[in-house]
Amino acid sequence: MAVHQVHEYDVLVIGAGGAGLRAAVEAAAADVRVGVVCKSLLGKAHTVMAEGGVAAALSNMDERDNWQVHFADTMRGGQYLNNSRMAELHAQEAPARVRELEAWGALFDRTPDGRILQRNFGGHAYPRLAHVGDRTGLEMIRTLQDHGIHAGLDVHMEVTVTRLLKDGQRVAGAFAYDRERGRFLVFQAGAVVLATGGIGRSYRVTSNSWEYAGDGHSLAYQAGAELMDMEFLQFHPTGMVWPPSVRGILVTEGVRGEGGVLRNSEGRRFMFDDIPEAYRPQTADSEEEGWRYTQGDKNARRPPELLTRDHVARMILREVREGRGSPHGGVFLDIAWIKGRVRDGAGHIRRKLPGMYHQFKELAELDITEESMEIGPTTHYAMGGVRVDADTQMSSIPGLFAAGECAAGLHGANRLGGNSLSDLLVFGQRAGKCAAEFACAQGESYVPDDQVRQAEADALTPFKRKASDSGENAFQIQSDLQDLMQDKVGIIRSPDLLAEAIEEIVTLKRRAAAVAVTGNREYNPGWHTALDLENLLTVSEAVTRAALERRESRGAHTRDDYPGKDSDWGTVNLVITKGEDGAMRLRRERVPPLRGDLKAIIEEIG
Amino acid sequence: MAATTIAANASQGSRRTSFEVWRGDAGGGAFRTYEAEILEGMVVLDALHQIQKEQAPDLAVRWNCKAGKCGSCSAEVNGRPRLTCMTRMSDLPDDQPVRVEPMRTFPLIRDLVTDVSWNFEVKKKVRPFRARPPDADDGTWRMDQRDVDRVMEFRKCIECFLCQDVCHVLREHHYHDSFVGPRFLIYAAALEMHPLDTEDRREDLRRDYGIGYCNITKCCTDVCPEHITITDNGIIPLKERVVDHAYDPLGKLVQIVLRRGKKE
Repeated sequence: MAVHQVHEYDVLVIGAGGAGLRAAVEAAAADVRVGVVCKSLLGKAHTVMAEGGVAAALSNMDERDNWQVHFADTMRGGQYLNNSRMAELHAQEAPARVRELEAWGALFDRTPDGRILQRNFGGHAYPRLAHVGDRTGLEMIRTLQDHGIHAGLDVHMEVTVTRLLKDGQRVAGAFAYDRERGRFLVFQAGAVVLATGGIGRSYRVTSNSWEYAGDGHSLAYQAGAELMDMEFLQFHPTGMVWPPSVRGILVTEGVRGEGGVLRNSEGRRFMFDDIPEAYRPQTADSEEEGWRYTQGDKNARRPPELLTRDHVARMILREVREGRGSPHGGVFLDIAWIKGRVRDGAGHIRRKLPGMYHQFKELAELDITEESMEIGPTTHYAMGGVRVDADTQMSSIPGLFAAGECAAGLHGANRLGGNSLSDLLVFGQRAGKCAAEFACAQGESYVPDDQVRQAEADALTPFKRKASDSGENAFQIQSDLQDLMQDKVGIIRSPDLLAEAIEEIVTLKRRAAAVAVTGNREYNPGWHTALDLENLLTVSEAVTRAALERRESRGAHTRDDYPGKDSDWGTVNLVITKGEDGAMRLRRERVPPLRGDLKAIIEEIG
Repeated sequence: MAATTIAANASQGSRRTSFEVWRGDAGGGAFRTYEAEILEGMVVLDALHQIQKEQAPDLAVRWNCKAGKCGSCSAEVNGRPRLTCMTRMSDLPDDQPVRVEPMRTFPLIRDLVTDVSWNFEVKKKVRPFRARPPDADDGTWRMDQRDVDRVMEFRKCIECFLCQDVCHVLREHHYHDSFVGPRFLIYAAALEMHPLDTEDRREDLRRDYGIGYCNITKCCTDVCPEHITITDNGIIPLKERVVDHAYDPLGKLVQIVLRRGKKE
């Protein structure tokens, strides 16, 4: 075996977005040795892209808000497939996690009396999102990063983990390469926290950056952990659609929270056309009432633009399919109209949505204070992920934890906007704390040589093939996979296309196994992409198989052959594991029953 | 999906443009010429990805969000430090090749990727945030929106390090040991002007961060993709604070008297 750099930690955190950094800070506070591995430079993770805000029932805007209402909103949004214990912990602990960030230097926008200002977002009964303009994610990640560098964390930047290592049943560390030089690293750790985010890169149109290849999902799966709820993939209703090179880039829900409205090519507010029964009592009857709601009128009900993301995305798709879309295949999002309603309208829009103003001005040459934006759905967030224990965030593998987007449970069939930033704070903190406790209680683990040798051989395989031996370019395979997922496993799913997709994924796997890489190991994107393919293909297969299995439409999962909800499926989570023969196995598990007191909350609040 | 197809068909009127891209590592290298097909709305990073996909799979490019929010894809385009994801092809002259090279102020790793780790080390030197005791019994603070707005400009920084790249104190004089560069002066400004912070960094600014080296040529402000007025709103007020603190004996006397008064 070649001599690799070996690092020993009590807790190894894989991923340095919000969840990873929050976990690392918490573990370091327990006075254990903490290593953080990040695929990019520190502070560049996808959390920087989060715009709208972090949901927490601080009740600064409306005294009727409390954790029980936040809990009920989260469960309703997730169509009751959520892990209710996670939803309970999340709603209870989010306010403390947000206040703690403020103590570490984060700045949020203020109410007139100087408290944290909260904004409206889809599916939340009251204004609940603490925010700073439309760059809340940057504020959060920078705060955690700057706090973390003084907390004694050992950060390995531009390092990618390719395998988890196990000592018997227990996780023992990870095998990785560094991007810059192509050297291999072995991490030996008492506990490992996965905080690798989502899987968006398996789709053509996505708000996610290149990093989101489902690394954590795939690493856990390959190591024998369970994945859950993989059929539920959130398509954010408002991504940019024009020009082509920026298609998919997120347009924050905050635009609608500030009064932005959706219109079709006929100028019609089509969101009023179809309001789901469960939300009808809370939805505005008129455009006027909707506007008053966005401006803080507590007696008004929310405009239909602020219904849950799954519903808004489907409505947009319907307008486009029925020929009432915008010139480039989306619909119109109009914030400019509020100019007639507020003082210094253009200035107001620029102050409330500075990032959006800048983004459209520079990338689309469009002034959002003057014109409507063209937007359409974009692959945004994986509700599914590693199945974890609600209290500890530990997976079925002892010592392996997961937090944030790569973990499953909190969001059920559909996530509410703003609940991801609170998710990563609440469960990042819990994962970090429990991982440190686990590492202390269980002591050091042993990293077996044969696993390191195998991981090294696997990582170097693409170099052993030559393009002349019919080895393919990794970028082409990735691109074909993205087209496949976009076209056949999109927002509205049909069984024939899903079955075809499964077959095509098998073909793509065969092609990926023959991929060839040119050049050497230093900063070689062709090689990195080749290594990412396994993860992309694993998560794509999991999404597709689960989507074919769930014969109903619920939350973010819509089947054209089963357009309605099915009460039997309403109590089932789909769990995915790797079989002994290496094939993917799917099984149905009952959603954990609601505790009596939680059931009472839902019945009372609705 | 419908959106994909329609958008793809609508993009007509492509042209081919040649690119001179720096290829090589610390040991040496040269500009290599590539051609890319330019479609409406494309940015330089799109063209680099196209070259990577079709002609040079091992072309090293650092990038992440492709939306001007993470600050990873910094490079020099036609001699000017820029985010390649926010540099539109339509804003560049189309009668000459587009020249793309790595940032010059940092050691080269390969092709367009430089070793920016120095910046992360420098940040550790800046005295961290320390909040005043909470204002309310529930452990929270009260702040005025105007005080939040004042530092918001500095907190927009995406750490792309283009200001560090263009700063002549670093780029030409290589004072990396004694000067923290515009990024970390702005970082210090964000902390110094933070409504809750109680730390005093004025002596650090003078002695350790080397604020005196900045002679306000405003090149950093000029290249900032977030349009932060680095010099006028950040560095100059900091310089004034440092000067007031270090060279104002009368002011010091007044402060001592005031402090005594408060204690009594």
